[in-house]
Amino acid sequence: MEFKHKDIIALRDLNRQEIELLLATAESMREINSRAIKKVPTLRGKTIVNLFYEASTRTRTSFEIAAKRLSADTVNISPSTSSSTKGETLADTALNLLAMKPDIIVMRHAVSGSHYHLAKKVNCSIINAGDGAHEHPSQGLLDLLTIRDRFGRLDGLKVAIVGDITHSRVARSDIQGLTKMGSHVCLAGPPTMMPPGVERLGNVTVCATMKEAIQDADVVIMLRIQQERQGKTLMPNTREYSRYFGLNPENLRLAKPDAMVMHPGPINRGVEMSSYVVDGGQSHILKQVENGVAVRMAMLYHVCGGEMAE
Amino acid sequence: MTDNTTVLLDESGIKRALTRISHEILERNKGVRDVVLIGIRSGGAFLAEEIGHCMEVIEGERVPVGAVDITLYRDDIKSHGAHLPVGKTDISFSLEGKRVVLVDDVLFTGRTIRAAMDALMDHGRPGSIQLAVLIDRGHRELPIRADFVGRNVPTSLKENVAVRFNEKNQPVEVVLEK
Repeated sequence: MEFKHKDIIALRDLNRQEIELLLATAESMREINSRAIKKVPTLRGKTIVNLFYEASTRTRTSFEIAAKRLSADTVNISPSTSSSTKGETLADTALNLLAMKPDIIVMRHAVSGSHYHLAKKVNCSIINAGDGAHEHPSQGLLDLLTIRDRFGRLDGLKVAIVGDITHSRVARSDIQGLTKMGSHVCLAGPPTMMPPGVERLGNVTVCATMKEAIQDADVVIMLRIQQERQGKTLMPNTREYSRYFGLNPENLRLAKPDAMVMHPGPINRGVEMSSYVVDGGQSHILKQVENGVAVRMAMLYHVCGGEMAE
Repeated sequence: MTDNTTVLLDESGIKRALTRISHEILERNKGVRDVVLIGIRSGGAFLAEEIGHCMEVIEGERVPVGAVDITLYRDDIKSHGAHLPVGKTDISFSLEGKRVVLVDDVLFTGRTIRAAMDALMDHGRPGSIQLAVLIDRGHRELPIRADFVGRNVPTSLKENVAVRFNEKNQPVEVVLEK
């Protein structure tokens, strides 16, 4: 099985075998993260640019650690320090970066699809670290890995995704990944946070209430309320949101007794999840973060090979 | 399968070679004290298990057996390395000060052994590293030599030597493909 993609922009573009290959590689990468010397020489001499147009701590740090553990050199560029504040376009920024010969650009951008635009203009690999409300493939993959760790499989599981579906790129990547691997995905959220044509997101069930979605679920994925993206009109206030769409120990009992709870972070405690659930035994949130490094190592490793296959 | 294959060793031949290697390892190290076996994935890892069993039969004591995957340490990642799925390195014990016997199926250019030694060094500082191989086919590109050899086989660069395993991962034959 070869991985032939130069870029990883969306899980929509990958087939089941390719997703399985990435997960298998990530499992092997995990062993490196538990060693005393957490470094292998694989990507020695490669330069990776982390170009983050949107705020990020977890994802950027995770990509940076992943690159360093594979011995690549990393440079971080964020908008406050870059020329985009001086009016440079994305394509110009990219062409200028390209003149410095990076091997991979890891980018987060507020505009959905900007990575496809960029990938056409440059010959290095592009990895999407989140684009607008489109996809967040590394988060999708680490969610798949975390679920598979727990259950040993992905097919036949009922996965509830609850919250702001409209603005969530995590939801879109999760839907793509999970449905390709054979899970049954149920969505729930306030009607104002359901995108028009939600059923077109994939082979998903749209539930009217949160109860319906988490009933007998094996996995409950709670999404963050993206207050920076949505206007003030989508919900009356956070207390009302949490009453109807917050996860607490009472409604978690509707799910299967051994159900796992996940959240892409950062968490608004008391809004989408109560602290009892966040810190409870069914929460796998920190496990997700841990798997994030291994998954990103696998992505960096395979696009470097994919580049040569072109 | 091509018609131009010659069987170099059959199942009992392999068994005899591995038994002899096991005796030699025990003789060189004066027993099993501090000895650990590390097989190189995938063929070497299976052979390390076999040698581990042999040594247990002879000495009555089990030595730790681990496996190392060298994909991430290859020097040819540009030509085809990064297409390969990365296997699992599985060393559940400390290598600090141990007499490590590295096991591989076929010794060829020596580059795999170089990569495996680099990988081992990242797991700790072994007291010594010895090398056991089932087949040495020559054509070394690095200054590397095996301490324990099952069979020396002169080959041409056009030929290929393969160790075949059954579904239980036991070696069944060694063939020379032309």
